[in-house]
Amino acid sequence: MTATAVVHLHPPGRLLALVGNPNCGKTALFNLLTGSRQKVANYAGVTVERKEGRLITHAGHTVRVLDLPGTYSLHPRSPDERVTCEVLNGQALGERRPDLVVCVVDATNLRRNLRLVLAVRRLGMPCVVALNMTDLAERRGITIDADQLSGALGVPVVRTVGIAREGDAGLRRILDDPTLWLRSADHETLHDSSSLLADHDAVRSILQRLGLDELIPHEASDRIDRVVLHPVVGPLLLAAFLFLMFQAVFAWAEVPMQWIETATAWLAAGAGTLLPAGWASSLLVDGVIAGAGSVLAFLPQIVILFFFILLLEDSGYLPRAAFLLDRLMGAVGLSGRSFIPLLSSHACAVPGIMAARTIADPRDRLVTIMIAPLMTCSARLPVYTLLIGAFIPQRVIGGWIELQGLVLLFLYAAGILGAMLVAWVLKRFTAAGRHVRPLMMELPQYHLPSPRNIALGLWQRVVIFVRRVGTIILSLTVLMWFLASFPTPPPGATGAPILHSFAGMLGQALAVLFEPIGFNWQISVALVPGLAAREVVVSALGTVYSLSASGIDAAQSLAPLIARDWGLATGLSLLAWFVFAPQCLSTLAVVRRETGGWTWPLVMAAYLFALAYLAAFIVYRSASLLGGN
Amino acid sequence: MARVLPDITERSAGAAAAATDTPSAQAITTLDRVPLATAFVIHEVVYPEDGRGWNQRLEELGFLPGERVVVLTRGRPGGDPLAVRVGHSTFALRRTEADCVRVRPWPTAVVKS
Repeated sequence: MTATAVVHLHPPGRLLALVGNPNCGKTALFNLLTGSRQKVANYAGVTVERKEGRLITHAGHTVRVLDLPGTYSLHPRSPDERVTCEVLNGQALGERRPDLVVCVVDATNLRRNLRLVLAVRRLGMPCVVALNMTDLAERRGITIDADQLSGALGVPVVRTVGIAREGDAGLRRILDDPTLWLRSADHETLHDSSSLLADHDAVRSILQRLGLDELIPHEASDRIDRVVLHPVVGPLLLAAFLFLMFQAVFAWAEVPMQWIETATAWLAAGAGTLLPAGWASSLLVDGVIAGAGSVLAFLPQIVILFFFILLLEDSGYLPRAAFLLDRLMGAVGLSGRSFIPLLSSHACAVPGIMAARTIADPRDRLVTIMIAPLMTCSARLPVYTLLIGAFIPQRVIGGWIELQGLVLLFLYAAGILGAMLVAWVLKRFTAAGRHVRPLMMELPQYHLPSPRNIALGLWQRVVIFVRRVGTIILSLTVLMWFLASFPTPPPGATGAPILHSFAGMLGQALAVLFEPIGFNWQISVALVPGLAAREVVVSALGTVYSLSASGIDAAQSLAPLIARDWGLATGLSLLAWFVFAPQCLSTLAVVRRETGGWTWPLVMAAYLFALAYLAAFIVYRSASLLGGN
Repeated sequence: MARVLPDITERSAGAAAAATDTPSAQAITTLDRVPLATAFVIHEVVYPEDGRGWNQRLEELGFLPGERVVVLTRGRPGGDPLAVRVGHSTFALRRTEADCVRVRPWPTAVVKS
């Protein structure tokens, strides 16, 4: 594509918007239509995810496609639903009103889905109905006459199968029809009333005319639910699944992590021999390569965790987990809905906090945001991995449980319990906390996860993570290298060079504050950039140690070094600190955006700091008393 | 068509009217009290005492008069939340939410699923 000199407020070309109920297969259809030609960003002024892509019609024309957030009606209840309404009404900030609306409809659930079609039709915009999941409908004996439905609705109807190759061919073909883009919905076929009950009656009469009025239960889904939602079996199954997930994060990631570490070491050695010794070589080897490498090494774990979360999401199990956990969450004043954002926070608090937008209730949403950073995010894994590797022996208990994995599970549990405690305190001691709020959550039909959608979702998340490595984390690592390298020690000075650097001075100053919880000055130094992004602590420790401990073989890893240098009590204290540690700057920035001010991020930083300090203090003092030194 | 009973004063009037055109006033109950796996028909969705706008949301989700509902399962302990089939969809409702949905027995027969 060539760059044009003209600056358009909106990119040129036709704009199509996908609208539909949640769980109608809209995102799968969007993925099929646009493939990898997608751009993920936010809507202006609000932090609702904006997904735009480009599709090529049958005749080869390019059309922009906007995947609007799923909604049950055009009476918005959450920020997500509000965006859909505003875009459709042409009121959204910085968004052009779409030229065409494609109403994606679940063919197995016309009863509910068609009501939204009627509401959209009433907006008077050119409109097409994509009768999605027709494959599932046919397998269950639901035969829909698309022409008859089109006649009844007064808009064109095309069949689509969002999960099959060429399942979008019909839609691509109809988009080449120029009259489609001009014609607004035919108003005469149905009376124009905005009443929900009138729409319901209209849908029922359409279904009756088409012979689709019979309720056909989804037997496979019901059979699965009898097990998954079983009062005893269900929770056991969920616990087993979560246990498997965390064991997998630890076990499966090991081999690829070693590959990345080997590659980094090879690259650093190569760069070291190619460049003349000096600050430039030091910057590249100790700053850039070591920093980026030590963070990239944790990519496999993040990929595995996201893979499991996407699998849960795509199969329809995630809302069932929320169902099972609703009582538990209700006990601390939240709903099962908060489970999804909180689970996502295990990968990263940033997407977790953003996922809290699906919680319609403002109070539930705020509490979920405030406790999300207590969930152990993947950025803490590098620190946990390092400390567990250094201080917890590699041993197998009872024949199959890894002790290191068990400790990791305990750390995750500590974060979750801490979050529950905070939420309970907020429920107990605030007026809003005692008020009852609704759940009303759909349990969609199960379906086999589509490898294509999972791969695409995984790719988008990996890109976001690597971009963070490329920007914030890497630049902080380089800043850290600078702080640890300059000023250089005066001639004739004794001790490690870093003692004379800015980092050394800062660390020594902070060490006074952290001394009661057992942190030495090296840890104190590493915690400074760690406030910006937690995984940086590992590379910062690497920088501090490789620069301060002269004569240490560079290939020697950090773990045995700290195992020798720190006492067990210090190691455990640092682990406790990281369960509650004040979150990274990106989290605080997201919280500021989501809550619209600095109050909540500041409150969050303060309360997490207090919790972390308290936990580390208790752990350090107890471990010291018990002889852990 | 008028919205279904948007406030509490109309609620009792609706119940009285219902008593005349359905088998008996006794037969009308709320969704949180019905047995599992048994079909009911939604009579009306009422305004809860402290849940602002719940009835409207429930209606948007498909809890509309005349629809068939079945409680599939209940969480344990406490029977909360409930998994409810309405039309072709399944929703998780808390007991307080299910309490807003007034139902009467499905006219044909009791259906075990």
